[in-house]
Amino acid sequence: MISVHRIRPIIRKEFRQIMRDRRSLGVLLVVPAFMLIMFGYALNYDVQHIPLAVYDQDRSTMSREFIQQFIHSEYFDFAGSISSEQEIDTVIPSQKARVVVVIPPRFSEDLLANRSVSIQVLVDGANATTAATAAGYLVAMTQDYSTNISLQALQRFGMSKPTLPIDYRPRIWFNPELKSAKFMVPGLIGFILMMSTVVSTSLSIVREREKGTIEQISVSPIHPMELLVGKTMPYVLISLIATVLILITGYALFNVVVRGSMLLLFLETLIFTFCGLGLGMWVSTVANKQDEAFQLATLVSFLPTFMLSGFAFPIANMPKVIQWITFINPARYFLFILRSIILKGVGLSALWQETLFMTLFALGITAISWNKMRKSVFRV
Amino acid sequence: MIDPSNTAIAINGLKKSFEETEAVRGVNLTISKGEMFGLVGPDGAGKTTLIRMLCGILVPTEGNATILGYDLATELNSIKPKIGYLSQRFSLYPDLSIDENIEFFAEIHEVKGYEARRNELLEFTRLTPFRDRLADKLSGGMKQKLALAATLIHKPEIIFLDEPTTGVDPVSRREFWKILSSLLEEGITILMATPYLDEAERCSRVGLMSNGQILLADTPQQVKRQMKGSVLEVIPSNLNKATDTLKKYSEVIEVQTFGDRINVVVEGNVAADTLTGWLSKAGVETKMIRNIQPSLENVFIALLRERSEEEPAHA
Repeated sequence: MISVHRIRPIIRKEFRQIMRDRRSLGVLLVVPAFMLIMFGYALNYDVQHIPLAVYDQDRSTMSREFIQQFIHSEYFDFAGSISSEQEIDTVIPSQKARVVVVIPPRFSEDLLANRSVSIQVLVDGANATTAATAAGYLVAMTQDYSTNISLQALQRFGMSKPTLPIDYRPRIWFNPELKSAKFMVPGLIGFILMMSTVVSTSLSIVREREKGTIEQISVSPIHPMELLVGKTMPYVLISLIATVLILITGYALFNVVVRGSMLLLFLETLIFTFCGLGLGMWVSTVANKQDEAFQLATLVSFLPTFMLSGFAFPIANMPKVIQWITFINPARYFLFILRSIILKGVGLSALWQETLFMTLFALGITAISWNKMRKSVFRV
Repeated sequence: MIDPSNTAIAINGLKKSFEETEAVRGVNLTISKGEMFGLVGPDGAGKTTLIRMLCGILVPTEGNATILGYDLATELNSIKPKIGYLSQRFSLYPDLSIDENIEFFAEIHEVKGYEARRNELLEFTRLTPFRDRLADKLSGGMKQKLALAATLIHKPEIIFLDEPTTGVDPVSRREFWKILSSLLEEGITILMATPYLDEAERCSRVGLMSNGQILLADTPQQVKRQMKGSVLEVIPSNLNKATDTLKKYSEVIEVQTFGDRINVVVEGNVAADTLTGWLSKAGVETKMIRNIQPSLENVFIALLRERSEEEPAHA
């Protein structure tokens, strides 16, 4: 019944139309890599080079040493010294500094006398994320310094080899520098694949209906399944090429290396692409015009893939109800799978559950759409 | 009565409803092989719906048809390779060239070695010089000829044409008709819907469709004989006054206006002199008056009016 001889001309025709429409082809291939560059550099959660001003009322060797440890780290940049209380009120609003460290007059004297010293730290809270991170760094570094002083003091009192009860040494695996880009690349692949497959599939089907060409095809011996396979195949191929381009860009600019199996990555990508195609088919059964299809396709692909997949916001932080919704979101599984393969090098044995869910979604949405389409594509 | 082996299309009580409206309300019609059947009627008469059902695009609500001996409801797959359909609006790919469009339709119909047939069709439709041009860049007439060429690539035995010359310039129209005549010589059966009565006049048979039904189907000559009374063509000095005056006489069945002249349909043997007398009594001068052969248009307008008087409830 289904004949390759009749699918081939449809694929060829579709490719001809895609190649002729250079702008759309460019959107499908180049925009993903471009988006990666944009997101990779702009959507950066890493906080570095925070301008830090100092009001050093002690002006001792010890106070300078204390401040040096902040400034010598990559997190803070020295933004100048302050000489009066009044000046503190101006440096933060004028954006000269986002953090001010105030050292009390008898800083070194008190420390040497083994008395506790209070350090005042002012943080600009206008950007909550940066403020929280900066405060965290400051606390950690101050504690480090203060521990060192205690240890030195103990040594001076005659303890030979002082030990701390707990030596806290965190090690972050898979992304030791906690680079956002490494985390972004897998998310972007999912996001871009979903957008491009849903939009292009739905548009290409709705266009045939809008132009009336579907009628000419429907009076030919073409089976609806042949038409559908022929029309979607080119977009599967283009999506895979776009994935390769994203991976190359990710490697070249952000040093993201695929640690796991490339073959597995492509198989998973293929399954995910079918989720997108199914969703695109569904959109085409609902929308009658190309602009309607475009809007609906963007909505159903953008929202779940960006918001509910763990790409923009961690799923663990979402309310329970929304967490439940994410279970029917294929992007959720795909992102998990991609991160596991790219960053951790995990194999199928650890990912079979996610793969299964994603496959079920692909089959389910295709079956639903196919059922709706079979009645509406050709016959009214 | 009808030789089944010679029947191209046999329509049996075909009906189609869309939600509230009944577009086709019971059509019975038999079209022989090699015939050119013209379907005429006002907009919304159900011509397009009927054609689309016969092509398998729409599923009939009731009734059935056989096409080339195959059952439309159950043997559509055997019918499809043998028919061609040209829809009302241009429905080929605007971003593909003439050659590519024809190639596509040849291949989905699994036509082997279509190149020779394509050259022949392009020659036939005089599109050869434009074969690399994108369909979008063609004129209306050329588009229609391309669509016809694509429809003919798989050598269908029946072609369904839905107002193929609407919006086509007169020269291209004439060319299009030349092509259709040579197709008929090859033995192809043509069913076409047309809004032009001069086109209908050239068909071997015409069917008048109105309100989802075929009111009559016969050769153009026979249809004209259905006309009750005779037709007089008059050029009066005052068109409106003449029309109003003549309508008062019971012998006058109908007055139809055609530009500066009126066609007066009269009962039996009302002579030209009688008519001139009536007009001059009302102060209207008769510049010209003659007896004319009723045209298809006269007949159809008369028939449609008769119908609407019979069943005015139809809206």
